[in-house]
Amino acid sequence: MNGYENFVPMRLGRAIDRDSLKDASIDDFREAIVDSVEAGYRVAALFAAPAAGEAGVDLYAVLADASRSLLHVGKTRIEDGAYPSMTPEIPCVHLFEREIAEQYAIRPDGHPWFKPVRFHASYAPGRDAWGRDPDEKPIAGDIDFFRVEGDEIHEVAVGPIHAGVIEPGHFRFQCHGENVFHLEISLGYQHRGIERSLIGGPTKRTIHAIEAAAGDTTIGHATAYCQAVEALGGSRVPGRAEVLRGIALELERLANHVGDLGALAGDVGFLPTASFCGRLRGDFLNLTALLCGSRFGRGLVRPGGVAFDFDQERIASFKQRLASAFTDVTTAVELLWNSSSVQARFEETGVLTKENCLALGIVGPAARASGVDIDARVDFPSGVFRFTQIPISTAKTGDVFARAFVRWLEIQRSMKFIQEQLNALPEGSIRTAAAPPRPNRLALAIVEAWRGMICHVALTDQEGKFARYKMIDPSFYNWIGLAIAMREGAISDFPLCNKSFNLSYCGHDL
Amino acid sequence: MPNALFARLEQKHRTIAYPDQEPTLPDRFRGLPVIDASKCGEGCRDCAAACPTDAIAIDRERVRLDLGRCLFCDDCRSACPEGAITYSQDYRLSVRTREDLMMEGETLKLAAALDEKSRRLFGRSLKLRQVSAGGCNACEADLNVLGTIVFDLGRFGIQFVASPRHADGLVVTGAITENMRSALLTAYEAVPAPKIVIAVGACAISGGPYAGNPEIHDGIGSLLPVDLYIPGCPPHPMTILDGLLRLLGRLENREKTI
Repeated sequence: MNGYENFVPMRLGRAIDRDSLKDASIDDFREAIVDSVEAGYRVAALFAAPAAGEAGVDLYAVLADASRSLLHVGKTRIEDGAYPSMTPEIPCVHLFEREIAEQYAIRPDGHPWFKPVRFHASYAPGRDAWGRDPDEKPIAGDIDFFRVEGDEIHEVAVGPIHAGVIEPGHFRFQCHGENVFHLEISLGYQHRGIERSLIGGPTKRTIHAIEAAAGDTTIGHATAYCQAVEALGGSRVPGRAEVLRGIALELERLANHVGDLGALAGDVGFLPTASFCGRLRGDFLNLTALLCGSRFGRGLVRPGGVAFDFDQERIASFKQRLASAFTDVTTAVELLWNSSSVQARFEETGVLTKENCLALGIVGPAARASGVDIDARVDFPSGVFRFTQIPISTAKTGDVFARAFVRWLEIQRSMKFIQEQLNALPEGSIRTAAAPPRPNRLALAIVEAWRGMICHVALTDQEGKFARYKMIDPSFYNWIGLAIAMREGAISDFPLCNKSFNLSYCGHDL
Repeated sequence: MPNALFARLEQKHRTIAYPDQEPTLPDRFRGLPVIDASKCGEGCRDCAAACPTDAIAIDRERVRLDLGRCLFCDDCRSACPEGAITYSQDYRLSVRTREDLMMEGETLKLAAALDEKSRRLFGRSLKLRQVSAGGCNACEADLNVLGTIVFDLGRFGIQFVASPRHADGLVVTGAITENMRSALLTAYEAVPAPKIVIAVGACAISGGPYAGNPEIHDGIGSLLPVDLYIPGCPPHPMTILDGLLRLLGRLENREKTI
């Protein structure tokens, strides 16, 4: 592949010296990314960071080659505030390019859908990629929504506040009767300025800001953060801690997948499973609390290991409660598959094709439900997943049914994983003192959280402080998938489709 | 249909007996923090230095904890060389004013019930509209869970409703992002008076782990008049339920038995 020679191959867990990254020309940088995506790589991250001690901004790309579990990092210098957009050639970078424009006022010329992402002032004082007044804070949702014109077309606007106990976001539908021609999703209402506040860290507050970035993915993001910091400092994590992190990650998956299946049942008016799974989700959260005191795993994963350990008595109680919850989940979920009224609503609703999944870079259960064979636990294993394999669960139809069924397959496999790990828990300590991040390093972390791949990239400056900390929640990759799945669907199916993706607003907005 | 009935039998009755019986909480649950200042070493400030949200202030020998900022994390407890900080199992944390969250050794002044007139209005039927304004979905999830069969919020006459116009008040979560400020205020205006506001979680009370970020308002502050503060990150569902029932005066005659 052309332009590729300046990309540095990396594996997880090892930081590289930032000086080993040579600037590619923007043409070579673009060509390497476009060619590699066409060859089957994924763009795990594409982001901007201020150039060290000089004018201009650097663009960084992390390309993921799943077939060899290898990541390739490259960078280029942007000096004049613009570059030719890659989105027309590889749509999977569409949101990354918008984010770069919003954060560092770097314009991707020729971007076909060039709108703000989170509606904040740019990090580059006095500059704005859209030519708005840089001193005025942008107003959330202030964009030209895509409109379909015609006498019989009507527009439906929903949000930011929705009907349920749920986070805010804005949805704009272009409809012809029930039929949805197009859905545009405009987020940013949850933007708390997390990435910007992480610069200059780590501080005593950093891990807490990461844990609450997406509260239902506390373990996922905390694990990614700790792996990045451990790589920066060159720390090793005890085996027992790796296993406990893995168990907590799968418990998080169990709680959320079970909750999602209940919510999907609720959205089609099938109350038995909705009611049972609502309770059972809590049982898994309570198991996390049995380990660390918090239902969401707050305080468990820490740099150097974990902060809470299992004793024999706790393991016994944990196993017994886990088995009992699983029995109840099985009866509750099997009702779904055996009810033709449920299946009639799930099947062929909200179809996302495999081609679209690949073109848009969709991750997690949503991609696997369309037959895309990706799972970071297998493709880029870290921690305990280097030593044990969880088979990838896929389905083919890409509809609500497939997204529900993949969750059920994953529930069964996570259960089996936890039971096996509890029977073979390594002895020894649970935490080592994590060394502080070394200066001028770049580290990557990739974790398969319950919604899909999390990618964190940490860059340190000459003092070992974060020059940039990029965090990508799976929702960032996936929101576009929901919009595309709604095309030619019925607007009344939106709640069901939305729940089948169950994406995070705060994880996207940060 | 027979399957559904059979499953229903297998799943059993799951609603907890609270408030007739105390709930069972995990032994590592971090409830009301207890600071024994008599154990403090001279000039030691380790807990205050470790606290991620600067919730602990030490003035001479006095230790003051702002529960509204507290994330109920383990950082102060593990930093304390004297073991002076512990977490109790007490899940009852809700108070009526911001000042009541400032703890200095003494016990927490738990929320008093609404006045007589409000109780006549809301005591047996309270409809709430939830607004997340920068919440991380943990507070939201533990509010949602109150609607499950385990807690069965409906048996207390409390319900989350879709429209603020159908509501008696707002339950606010999140650090109040600038991007949600106007939507939150609009929702508040849409609630017919008399109305109440309940702040749930460290973010809504103080900005939580994001306090000081210019993109947020460090919690509700003076944006809305708050009637009930429920601290935690996130608060346990029992903490929230206790706060709601306390506000409605539904726990008053039970205090002796609990």
